[in-house]
Amino acid sequence: MIRKWVKSGDPWIWLTASAVALSLIIVGGLLLLIAIRGMSHFWPSEVVQYTYTVPGQTAERAFGEIVDSELTSAEQLRALGFEIAAGAGDVERILLKTGNRDALGTDFRWQIQPYISELRYPSELLTIERREWGNFYGLPRSLRENGQTVAEGDAVWSELRQRLERAQDLYRQIRAIEKGEIGAINYQIEDLRLQQRKLELRQALTDAAKAQLDGERGELDAEFGKLQQRLQDLYKDIGRDVLVAEIMDGRQVEIPLAKIVRVYRANQLGVLGKTGVYLSRLREFIFDEPREANTEGGIFPAIFGTVMMVLIMSVLVTPFGVIAAVYLREYARQNLLTRIIRIAVNNLAGVPSIVYGVFGLGFFVYFLGGSIDQLFFPEALPAPTFGTPGILWSSLTLAILTVPMVIVATEEGLARIPRAIREGSLALGATKAETLWRTILPMATPAMMTGVILAIARAAGEVAPLMLVGVVKLAPSLPLDSNFPFLHLDRKFMHLGFHIYDVGFQSPNVEAARPLVYATAFLLVLVIVLLNLAAIYIRNHLREKYRALEH
Amino acid sequence: MPGAAPRPRISARLQSWRHLKDRLATVLMEVGGVGVIVAILLIFFYLLLVVAPLFSSPAVNAQGSYATPDAAAGRTLHLAMEEQNILGVRITDQAQAVFFRVADGEVVRSVPLTTAKAPLTAFAAGELGRNEFILGYADGSVTVARAAFATRYGAEQQKIIEPAIEFPLGEKPIVIAKGKAIEHVAVRGGDDATTLLAVTHEQDLHVVKMEKETSLLAEDEGEWQAKDTVVEAVGEVFSVLINTDQRAAYVALRSGEVINIDISRSGQAQVLNRAQVVKGEEQLTAIRFLAGGISLLVGTSNGNLSQWFPVRQETGPAQLTLIRSFDAAGGAIASIVPEQRRKGFFVADDRGQVAIYHSTANRQLLREPVSGSAIGLLAASPRANRFLAQDAQGKCHLWQVENEHPEISWSVLWGKVWYESYNEPQFTWQSSSASNDFEPKFSLVPLVFGTLKASFYAMLFAIPMAIFGAIYTAYFMSPRMRGLVKPAIEIMAALPTVILGFLAGLWLAPAIERNLLGTFLFLLILPPGTLLVAFAWQLVPATLRSHFSDGWQGALLVIPLLLIAWLAFSLGIPLEHQFFDGNAPHWLAQELGWKFDQRNSLVVGIAMGVAVIPTIFSISEDAIFSVPKHLTLGSLALGATPWQTMVRVVILTASPGIFSAVMIGLGRAVGETMIVLMATGNTPVMDPSIFQGLRTLSANIAVEMPESEVGSTHYRVLFLAALVLFVLTFMFNTLAEVIRQRLRVKYSSL
Repeated sequence: MIRKWVKSGDPWIWLTASAVALSLIIVGGLLLLIAIRGMSHFWPSEVVQYTYTVPGQTAERAFGEIVDSELTSAEQLRALGFEIAAGAGDVERILLKTGNRDALGTDFRWQIQPYISELRYPSELLTIERREWGNFYGLPRSLRENGQTVAEGDAVWSELRQRLERAQDLYRQIRAIEKGEIGAINYQIEDLRLQQRKLELRQALTDAAKAQLDGERGELDAEFGKLQQRLQDLYKDIGRDVLVAEIMDGRQVEIPLAKIVRVYRANQLGVLGKTGVYLSRLREFIFDEPREANTEGGIFPAIFGTVMMVLIMSVLVTPFGVIAAVYLREYARQNLLTRIIRIAVNNLAGVPSIVYGVFGLGFFVYFLGGSIDQLFFPEALPAPTFGTPGILWSSLTLAILTVPMVIVATEEGLARIPRAIREGSLALGATKAETLWRTILPMATPAMMTGVILAIARAAGEVAPLMLVGVVKLAPSLPLDSNFPFLHLDRKFMHLGFHIYDVGFQSPNVEAARPLVYATAFLLVLVIVLLNLAAIYIRNHLREKYRALEH
Repeated sequence: MPGAAPRPRISARLQSWRHLKDRLATVLMEVGGVGVIVAILLIFFYLLLVVAPLFSSPAVNAQGSYATPDAAAGRTLHLAMEEQNILGVRITDQAQAVFFRVADGEVVRSVPLTTAKAPLTAFAAGELGRNEFILGYADGSVTVARAAFATRYGAEQQKIIEPAIEFPLGEKPIVIAKGKAIEHVAVRGGDDATTLLAVTHEQDLHVVKMEKETSLLAEDEGEWQAKDTVVEAVGEVFSVLINTDQRAAYVALRSGEVINIDISRSGQAQVLNRAQVVKGEEQLTAIRFLAGGISLLVGTSNGNLSQWFPVRQETGPAQLTLIRSFDAAGGAIASIVPEQRRKGFFVADDRGQVAIYHSTANRQLLREPVSGSAIGLLAASPRANRFLAQDAQGKCHLWQVENEHPEISWSVLWGKVWYESYNEPQFTWQSSSASNDFEPKFSLVPLVFGTLKASFYAMLFAIPMAIFGAIYTAYFMSPRMRGLVKPAIEIMAALPTVILGFLAGLWLAPAIERNLLGTFLFLLILPPGTLLVAFAWQLVPATLRSHFSDGWQGALLVIPLLLIAWLAFSLGIPLEHQFFDGNAPHWLAQELGWKFDQRNSLVVGIAMGVAVIPTIFSISEDAIFSVPKHLTLGSLALGATPWQTMVRVVILTASPGIFSAVMIGLGRAVGETMIVLMATGNTPVMDPSIFQGLRTLSANIAVEMPESEVGSTHYRVLFLAALVLFVLTFMFNTLAEVIRQRLRVKYSSL
């Protein structure tokens, strides 16, 4: 029977099937892994308290979140200097996130199960997310206003929540002034400096012009002074309240309310409460700016930068891709040369993206950008304006990278349109341009859309060339803001993909940043998968449509 | 009808307007289309344009000749120029320093170098960058002097360079061998230690170490303290030299022998060994250090040039070894002048020719007749863009040099090169370092090796997975499942590589390190496990089996495969305890001596495999699926089993398509950047081991491009790397495309 079965070739078929199954497992597993790790990060985890007794040392109290646990062999632990009872097999090790980096020096500790006792989840333990130094875990003791204690014991919590709201309101005002108004004034002052330099270079800096510039500068300086004064007042206000809390080793620590982003009692939260915290953290992740060298807070600038760059790119790539495809298919004589060009264009889609990055850096940034600076921005030199990596050059580089995809997709769409339709239109007396504009292009639109969507999906995930032509780990300002001319094509920008690389591999505290990297990766994957599904849907839809046309 | 008459007129205007629009559209499309296509193809030419200067020859042109400035001041012993090529200095045998304008030889200033009464009997230049030199006298004393060029700005912002002579060790002559005439000298200066060598008429070598005694409290400069040793009767000396770190002295004898003397401990000099650098009839005519003070350049009376540096031996002290010989210069070598910031040098011979060489590249870049008579002395500017040659008739010739990238040659890029301080010739990539006189190592071989190694392991994983998957999907899978699988694979293709790389580096690499045995176990038991499941399925009652139509094996296998994986990984850890002391990577390193990097080629292979599987899968699936149906039906009708039809008919017909799929996948793997950047350690090592990291061309560009200086050799070499990648992938893809097109024609004719 086995021989017959082998002879039938069935085993081989099953083997080939296993390759498909494994591929599916890999795809599903990857997506699942990213989704679970990325989305679970925002769920508030419970805070544990236990006593950790290393033999021969005094017992220590520990607060924190259990992040990870693994089984380790007793020998390995002994080699690390732990005393493990003889005969013990594998021992569980847990990774405790103790937070309080400022007081304890580290964020995380590996501790082993046999030393742990009196494990419980006290309801009054606070989790505080801070603007600096990462999370804080501890017991609330008192609340002080200008040094005077205003609440103690159980009263602290309700008082804290009220006062925190006030502090956060003040914080928002401070941010608005620092980022918005002062940023605008600085921008204008810099603009004045450049105007003056420009006049100097043209040797047209008359005394009148200089006086006017100085006057404007004086006004701005005065305004700046006023804002500075308001800021000082706000800072004084926000510094009013201080929370005193006890950390795991018994020390009392002061936390100014100004430094608190969010506070909750994780062990008291019900599902509803946790969902509330979850949503609030998710909102922060998507709409706020990063904190602590990108390892905490949100990724809004990266999302914004990616979208912006992709938008500029698609504005560039769509017309050029379509024109090239229409030329190749409708206007060019079909001969060996067009065939060679078609192969070449096809192949360019397979050229490594880093090569485009090198080209973009050399040609766009240094050559084009450098020339533009010489011609149009001599007043800013030696500081480069366009002669340095920026969002325009990134979009252009990615446009060149993706234009072959749009050409190929559009051409395919054009090729699918039956001859009869073209001939019908021409027979009715339409010119070639009219046929193209009124008949062919509308019919080929879905194909173009597919091409453009695929191009966008590719561009959104591409990182290597961007590392050379414009992406940075932390951009001080967005490429779009309220300062004239609003769209700043010369600025550097942040990008989701690069954010993943940078935070995951270049950040000083990879362990703390990892959940955020997963969350960013999940967002990126989500966007790209959705774009691709859209492209697939449009394409399938298109096929149906033409199948109907052929009959 | 009077009202109808105007209508044709309007229509005619409209007609011509329509034609104009049509013409305009044609022009727009042609210009735009050709423009876009040209713009994309421009990439190749732009890369070529940036790379081209690497391989262009240097150019020189004469800037002028003039008589020796202030000829009355004596015979020239030494010539030098300063940074800006504005001023030069000539040291004469009457102990005068004559500063002159380089452009026309006009004397700016003439300064006596010493207050000593005794006649000058020996002279040598020290480190070129410091413009230092030493003078020895008949009464056994020496002075060390320095030509200093201070730059200041005049009233109208113009640059003024003021020459001066300084005496770093004091103006008073230092007595080394009282009453004995000094014949050869050498100096090597540092901030707080200077070494002097002097050979007397009696052939005794005096080694003098001058150290500055500075106390932390004292404000003053400190006093120079001398420590003296003597090596007696060294032989008939041609020249003496000291290396950069002042630990070794070389005494070159007229017999062509070089004595290597250890002077690292002050007060104790010790002869280590000797090397015969010139053999036979030839005479030693010039010996100088290359920039950096490690290599010796030796020139002979026959015009032969060679480079020597000490190479560590298995036992005993380092031995001066012949590293490379250069193309002969023509006439007897009169002078060798190293470039100050690169490993190049200028050579002048007695036929009036000047040649430019580069040591690492082993190239004679240029040879140019400069004068009708023999050249006695040569000076090169610190930026190596001018040289000044003085010939036997006392004429000075100033030449301009354009030599941007001498360090690149075919052998540097692709061959083994013996770099300074290495024990043997090697392929090495090391483009920059903190030190100034660093020898850049631009071998592309380790990078190409890394690229191919990464692609190899990726393809090892991807080819079977993708092709088997394609075979199954195209031929055996039920259409409904196919409708689900194809988009899933397309999604896999769209996953950004930064995500694959990040997972590979942060999740897969540590996971594999913990479960090394389990990983291999999984790969090992996967095929037999599948077969077992298949056989078990055979035994399932037919009634149950009929619920699943054929073509759903792929879906059925998902759960068993997960079980197999779970089994392999849970078996892996106890087995690892049993046989590998619980830590397989450690065991590999200890027992087999295999180095284990956490981010190794295995991780890259898997991650990049996942990235290329969809590419190969889609194209080969396409090729297999479009094999004409009548072929397969015919085969089946003749009684072949589906598998026989697959192997003997379908795969054979589709094999060109599958081949082109593999080529395109390979092209993608070769150029992939983010995965290798994140999943390997990025060390440019050449080791085929699967447990070691690598650095690819693409990752190298991503790492080094942002910090390379525009227009520098490094910048252009990185462009060259990009060009290599471009050409490689373009070739793979073109080959694949041509094959696919042929296949399409074949299918349509079948």
